[in-house]
Amino acid sequence: MATENTALPVYTKKDFESGVDPRWCPGCGDFSIINQVQKALPAVGRKREDIVFISGIGCSSRFPYYMNNYGMHTLHGRAPSFASGLKVSRPDLMVWVITGDGDALAIGGNHFIHAMRRNIDLKLLMFNNRIYGLTKGQTSPTSELGKKTKSMPHGSPDAPFNPPALALGAGATFVARTIDVEGAHMGEVLKAAAEHKGSCFTEVYQNCPVFNDGAYTAITEKSVKADTLLRMVHGKPLLFGKDNKKGIRFNPQTAELEVVTVGEGGVTEKDVLVHDVKRDDPTIAFMMANLALKPGFPTPIGIFRDVKRPTAEDLTWDMINAAKSKKGDVDVTKLLAGNDTWQIK
Amino acid sequence: MTKPVQQVETVTIRFVGDSGDGMQLTGTEFTKANALAGADLATFPDYPAEIRAPAGSLAGVSGYQVNFGSKEIHTPGDAPDVLVAMNPAALKTNLADLRPGGMLIVNSGAFTAGNLEKAAYKTNPLEDAALKSAYKVVAVDMSQLTDAALEGSGLSSKETARCRNYFALGMMYWLYSRDVEQQLAAIAVKFGKKPQFVEANQKVFKAGYAFGETAELGLGRYFVPKSTLPAGTYRTVTGNYAVALGFATMAKLTGKQVFLGSYPITPATEILQEMAVFKEHGVVTFQAEDEIAGIGSAIGAAFGGALACTSTSGPGLALKAEMMGLAVIAELPLVIVNVQRGGPSTGMPTKTEQSDLLVALFGRHGEAPMPVIAAQSPADCFWAAMEAMRIAVKWMTPVILLTDGYLGNGAEPFKIPTLAELPKLDVKYQTTPNYNGSYMPYLRDAKLIRPWAIPGTPGLEHRIGGLEKDSMSGMVSYDGMNHEKMVLTRAQKIANVVEDVPDAEIFGKATGDVLLVSWGGTFGSVRAAAEQLQQQGKAVSHVHLRWLNPLPKNLGALLKGFKKVFVPEVNNGQLAFYLRAMFPGVNPVQYNRINGKPIKIAELAGKVLEVL
Repeated sequence: MATENTALPVYTKKDFESGVDPRWCPGCGDFSIINQVQKALPAVGRKREDIVFISGIGCSSRFPYYMNNYGMHTLHGRAPSFASGLKVSRPDLMVWVITGDGDALAIGGNHFIHAMRRNIDLKLLMFNNRIYGLTKGQTSPTSELGKKTKSMPHGSPDAPFNPPALALGAGATFVARTIDVEGAHMGEVLKAAAEHKGSCFTEVYQNCPVFNDGAYTAITEKSVKADTLLRMVHGKPLLFGKDNKKGIRFNPQTAELEVVTVGEGGVTEKDVLVHDVKRDDPTIAFMMANLALKPGFPTPIGIFRDVKRPTAEDLTWDMINAAKSKKGDVDVTKLLAGNDTWQIK
Repeated sequence: MTKPVQQVETVTIRFVGDSGDGMQLTGTEFTKANALAGADLATFPDYPAEIRAPAGSLAGVSGYQVNFGSKEIHTPGDAPDVLVAMNPAALKTNLADLRPGGMLIVNSGAFTAGNLEKAAYKTNPLEDAALKSAYKVVAVDMSQLTDAALEGSGLSSKETARCRNYFALGMMYWLYSRDVEQQLAAIAVKFGKKPQFVEANQKVFKAGYAFGETAELGLGRYFVPKSTLPAGTYRTVTGNYAVALGFATMAKLTGKQVFLGSYPITPATEILQEMAVFKEHGVVTFQAEDEIAGIGSAIGAAFGGALACTSTSGPGLALKAEMMGLAVIAELPLVIVNVQRGGPSTGMPTKTEQSDLLVALFGRHGEAPMPVIAAQSPADCFWAAMEAMRIAVKWMTPVILLTDGYLGNGAEPFKIPTLAELPKLDVKYQTTPNYNGSYMPYLRDAKLIRPWAIPGTPGLEHRIGGLEKDSMSGMVSYDGMNHEKMVLTRAQKIANVVEDVPDAEIFGKATGDVLLVSWGGTFGSVRAAAEQLQQQGKAVSHVHLRWLNPLPKNLGALLKGFKKVFVPEVNNGQLAFYLRAMFPGVNPVQYNRINGKPIKIAELAGKVLEVL
């Protein structure tokens, strides 16, 4: 169905703007995200009409209305189910899912994990502001333990999800994290997500200036981010810190990751773990996803994992095509008759 | 002395045994034999929810009833004429249904002390003189006779026991004069991969047949002649299979993809299973993670241009309610098949009921009308599925198709239609702008139908969703007047579907004392009761409703032609409630059964006589 026969037009960012003014609060991180997506799309090699944005419910989920593509604003938490059906039905389309932390991980948790484990080629972007914004400030599944909100005024007693770890556990073949204020970084992650074929999870740390302002200042403030933010780059050692002297090392004795300083105690750059997104075993990626849970460890951004697996839609269509080539074009009368008939004269 | 073969018009036989005794297989094989012999028929399996309840227990009894005859058969029959009981538990749970004076064939070999105890019999009922005077009891030690037939075969005693059902089947073949060769061939096909079982089952089947022939049972022998079914090619279908076949046929006829998103649920699961094997016909199936994703994936596929459907049963329909609202407001074509079962909640999953009529009509938040169609027989499920899909696509709306466990699992002959008899559906996608060079997804035609533009179509990029939308552009609108207009427009569009709803046909005279009004799976019982009453000279007519929303235009006028409107239903009065609301002044007499079983013809006829 996709219009394969004509040449791909040369697009600019403007071609992906629907002309509807976004209704997000001033200063919302969502503006930065849509800006980067619109900037990234001209380079993904797909026609505008072949790209579909599907969202759930929440601030983030207004996104499709502002994109000049096909789009569906669906139900709370359910976007992956619509997107999965569409992609399996129409593998020719490029399908993006726009969701938030409440949408994807609370009411939509089941659809989320199943979309990840099936490995359907969906580009899922989860805007994580660690709060319910559209309902005005309640605890979300990523709100920190003890966080005081309108719905939990005495502090949340619930441990939060760690979204990349959840996605990895569910079997996602592409897992990444980026930050609203890191435009260039987000652009690179989006490009990689667009190129990946399979279940694709990108967490975007997104500031909500109204209900959870400053949620990420500990890793975005200039004064501290050198020591608190770790940029993962495929094929490069995992280094951070002001002089890029701090590194992540795998300790075979404890089977844990640890922070070391290059040049101290005999540590050289060779001891530092080299980031490898193609590692088949997801264990190290999982350890990296959980890195920031340990005090004194940096928060990694970038791609945790990017591996190839057959997609569910390809496998589905392989089966359909095999059945078609084996049985040929069966006439409708044969379909109706089946194998066991009798005549009444 | 051999008695002459006696010709009979119709016979109802019920096979009952332990759920491991193979009664479903015995029933379907015997059904096939009768179909091939040209009888009209209807069947109804009755099995426990537990896959393997303890052997010999009352909870583990599984049954299969078939009614066949040379005249038109509407239902699987009220009371069986013949009960084949393979153990004491099966006898205990089914004997009350056997027609007085009916034939009772039992495997006396299974009436051991242990089995009698499991069935809570203090003494062996086969030794009860009252039983012998009430029924024609034929006690045969099928266990021992099967063992004898397979002596030296090398099969284990467990494997031998599994062949017993073929002994019973062989006896029935003899009793009803059916073609042995056809069954031997069927066994060869069924067990083709295991030659030792082909041989064993054929041997036991022949032993059963020979036993009927040689033993002096005093049974007599019967023959049911060919039915007067219209000429044509036939096959047997269950309702669930027929739904799947109807959808696959739509894929074939339109050349479009049919997409089914579904989650397994009794008694609707077979629709998913059957459609999964129709891949070469243009059917795509997606087994979702839950009921919500089942319909969600289908709506996603509908947005992409597929002929989308989802299948479920009551609890699943409840879970899909929010999604149906979205399909209503987005105006995307979709068929939701609800194979009704006993509710509420998990209720009685394997038992039939018609208790989802009101939820189908009204069970959504907001103003969310949808067309509702109900199938009337297993074979009719084929036509109803195609009609539901045709209406969904033509009118750009979700449609609910109601069937039930009785229709879904029940089987009857299906006359294979010719191409000319199949519906026409021209699936059209919008490919060009429809308003001053741009695309307005909610700009409607004279019937209020919106266009369907699908991803991949250049220049028609647009966004739709669950928020109320502007009546033209589809952009989000919080304008109260616009909302009112959209609510009324959507309602009017569904009301307009009435132009595709044929007038209700009246069976009998247009005026009289009682008008029976039915819908869905009770068609057969109600029609048969009406026939009986008319034969008795009563002024009783029957109207069966296929479309529940919109109702046929002529229904109000039909109701006025009778002193009483009588509504039999397998629920607590849902159609009666609906008719009262829709036709003020009409106050139907209700006849409600909620016992997990189809309505019995004789019972219904008796109730109608009471109000005449």
